[in-house]
Amino acid sequence: MQLFRQTAHELHSLLINKEISAVELNEAVFDRIASVEEKVGAYLSRIRERALERARVIDEQIRKGEKILPLSGIPVAIKDNMCTDGITTTAGSKILANFVPPYSATVVKKLDAAGAVMVGKTNLDEFAMGSSTENSAFFTTRNPWDTSRVPGGSSGGSAAAVAAGEAVCSLGSDTGGSIRLPASFCGVVGMKPTYGAVSRFGLIAYASSLDQIGPFTRDVTDCALMLNIICGHDPLDSTSADFQAPDYTQFLINDVRGMKIGVPEEYMAEGIAPEVHGLIRKALELLESLGANVEYTTLPHTEYALPTYYLIAPAEASSNLARYDGVRYGLRAEDSEDIIDMFMKTRSQGFGSEVKRRIMLGTYALSAGYYDAYYLKALKVRTLIKEDFDRAFEKYDLLVSPVSPTTAFRIGEKTDDPLQMYLSDVCTISVNLAGIPGMSVPCGFAGGLPVGLQLMGRHFNEGTLLRAAYTFEQNTSYHKEFPAL
Amino acid sequence: MARYETVIGLEVHIELKTRSKIFCDSTTEFGGDPNTHICPVCLGLPGTLPVVNKKVVEYAIRAALALNCQIAGFSKFDRKNYYYPDMPKNYQISQYDLPIAEHGYLDIDTGGGVKRIGITRLHMEEDTGKLVHQGTITTTPFSLVDYNRAGVPLIEIVSEPDLRSPEEACSYMEKLKAIVQYTGVSDCKMEEGSLRCDANISVRPAGSSKLGTKAEIKNLNSFRALQRALSYEVERQIEALEEGGRIVQETRTWDEGKGVTLSMRSKEHAHDYRYFPDPDLVPLVIEKEWVEDIRRSLPELPDARRRRYVMEYGLPGYDAAVLTSTREMADYFEDCVASYSNPKAVSNWIMGDLARLLNANNQEITACRIKPRQLASLLELMEKGTISGKIAKTVFEEMFASGKDAGVIVKEKGLVQISDEGAIAAVVAEVIASNPKSVEDIRAGKEKALGFLVGQVMKATRGKANPELVNRLLKERI
Ligand SMILES: [Zn+2]
Repeated sequence: MQLFRQTAHELHSLLINKEISAVELNEAVFDRIASVEEKVGAYLSRIRERALERARVIDEQIRKGEKILPLSGIPVAIKDNMCTDGITTTAGSKILANFVPPYSATVVKKLDAAGAVMVGKTNLDEFAMGSSTENSAFFTTRNPWDTSRVPGGSSGGSAAAVAAGEAVCSLGSDTGGSIRLPASFCGVVGMKPTYGAVSRFGLIAYASSLDQIGPFTRDVTDCALMLNIICGHDPLDSTSADFQAPDYTQFLINDVRGMKIGVPEEYMAEGIAPEVHGLIRKALELLESLGANVEYTTLPHTEYALPTYYLIAPAEASSNLARYDGVRYGLRAEDSEDIIDMFMKTRSQGFGSEVKRRIMLGTYALSAGYYDAYYLKALKVRTLIKEDFDRAFEKYDLLVSPVSPTTAFRIGEKTDDPLQMYLSDVCTISVNLAGIPGMSVPCGFAGGLPVGLQLMGRHFNEGTLLRAAYTFEQNTSYHKEFPAL
Repeated sequence: MARYETVIGLEVHIELKTRSKIFCDSTTEFGGDPNTHICPVCLGLPGTLPVVNKKVVEYAIRAALALNCQIAGFSKFDRKNYYYPDMPKNYQISQYDLPIAEHGYLDIDTGGGVKRIGITRLHMEEDTGKLVHQGTITTTPFSLVDYNRAGVPLIEIVSEPDLRSPEEACSYMEKLKAIVQYTGVSDCKMEEGSLRCDANISVRPAGSSKLGTKAEIKNLNSFRALQRALSYEVERQIEALEEGGRIVQETRTWDEGKGVTLSMRSKEHAHDYRYFPDPDLVPLVIEKEWVEDIRRSLPELPDARRRRYVMEYGLPGYDAAVLTSTREMADYFEDCVASYSNPKAVSNWIMGDLARLLNANNQEITACRIKPRQLASLLELMEKGTISGKIAKTVFEEMFASGKDAGVIVKEKGLVQISDEGAIAAVVAEVIASNPKSVEDIRAGKEKALGFLVGQVMKATRGKANPELVNRLLKERI
């Protein structure tokens, strides 16, 4: 039995039945990391001693016959843009290479309280800006299914870790598709919850009005278990919704009969690779055969989503990233003439080119004389995009589409063409602009590479996504495939 | 007639005295070792988020209502972006196009009567930290930053350009300070920086309705600086125009030592603050009932109180204005009048001897050791004739120093007035006998000499003789 291939709920049974110990489980995962990490490069840092100590505490609880929580003792990985008290948190940037926060993100505290064992911090595109992890200031993570290819981004490390058996579950963040795209490329389940469902406190901001934390798991059941831990109101985050999160496992029902599914035709139009198109159609046929009503619909403002996103996100980023100036923490450039020189040198040495590109874009979009034409206009289009979804959800319980137009591309293939890179997110960005939940579930392989099916739902309707995804999963076996590393 | 008209508008920043900062739990206490009143949020550490302190919103509404503003039902916070090392995030959370309050006013007294000054808006924002230099900013080898003040809540109050002279500007500031202090939301201490002022000032030919080019004057840290800087600036601008030059729109700073304003930066170098709504904060929806609750809890404000002092206590307008200029002084007055019902006498003592001693000792009235009841009992002793007015002043000074009751001091020092006619008559007889020259003068009609004899009697009784009795007895016997 390869422990590192199991799901959290399977491992939980093994733990409470005392067939394995939490220490054994975590050691198995660290052994796996030792054997494949060189090929994958999912982690920026690993925390073995601390993890094993936590595991011992869980084992002690089990030994004493105490009831343990569903994720107690389960090895989880955290994207390195979430603050971890006393543990270096870099956001994938040189400018924060030495930053050790004196506090933990709310999600990290919640996982900790739930007994989950943090095994390490995962690689990402610098400040979550990118679709491949090639923008990490440290190294590029590789796709476990084909290490010449990218894992997707920006949460590439977290997706690759779960896919490669280097963690059982992980957390990522999704601003324009940064959970769903790597989930699709790596063949795991990824969920971006409704904006406001998960606290952003301690998440190093990229674009505050779009950023949302969510889980990567090996199956839909684990996804529900992770949501149970991380969702809910946080008084430390004003944008976190004041709601009572449900028990998400109640939606794990193998039944989509009567479910009304819309397929936005804009998402199935030209540009979608034929093999991806085929797998999505096949998935829709399966859902239909299981009793769902599937029909094509329209989200007419879809074509404006990408330009809208690339005004709003960089605008917020230009302000969010202003604090990295070398004065208080992080990198400080040497030999500066004066304070302005220090600011400029620090930022020019500390940030990578994609981050600089977006800071410049955003600064421009917010500048006097351009604000109305760019930022304000983008906010208005954002409203139109939301309204598209509102109208669609009057008719449908769920919208379904590809996550990405293609399967994982080769490392280096798009690094010289930012616009091509931005197009990877064309199917995922609208979900962030609308603030609705979106999910990627494995729906097959094309040329040996995983393809993800995107499910989109109404605000705070993660349950419907889980139910459809669970049903799909129960009637397929893609999620059981494991990369041969 | 003056050939130029001055136009002034003021932007006033006031620190609110909430216990914690505007977006975190750190204390707002003044002072403290550098960087001890801070936390990850007000330091802007990565991943931290602001959460609005409801008390700040309440205080802002309170001040706004006292300034006759309309409270917005929907308001939001915006980011004002610029780089400065005293700003932890390199943006300041402020309010741009939807401030919490607008369209207010306050009334000031001018030579020509009461004048209404418009208040354009009142908004909330966070304070910045401060840079600490070794020596001066130009010679220091490095700067240090203290973030204790970063995130302290401020309200900014912007006036309409309704002020027409430096004197009016000062009256406006004094009135604004009084009103805000009355509401209890700020100490308004200019010396601690809890009240700060920038001025926009321009001049134009008398009779013109078009505004002249304005200069913005910063670093006005006292009423004196405000008055002097504006007076200087009026002269500078008129002189420039008279010489055929023009005024450049710019920011200038007041140099207190040199007594001049100096150019800081021109409009071309003005910041583009790139304001946009702060995505970390949700818009504020202000419930009407809450606003009405706050309105009901407002104390009587300076103007109303002043009118009441004239009506209810029969005080002259001047007395009423001085007494109500701070809430503490007005409270002191009323507490005093509550136990001694001669308002004019109380007013005289507060505005006279008490104000003089407080000033000389640089003391606040709240810290005064003479409590209102004690002042009242001193005045009672005087009225009952137990002590003379002259003795009362001595007793008052003693009370100010020791905080003892008037009665105790009078007893301890044996200062009770001598009103026994027999005892005084004996002294009077003695004085008359030993001053025949003065007696002659009085008989010859030189009334002045009577004063000298009264003085002699008082001297002999160490000031304790009842002056009225002394006067009467002297007149009777001469
Ligand atoms: Zn703080």
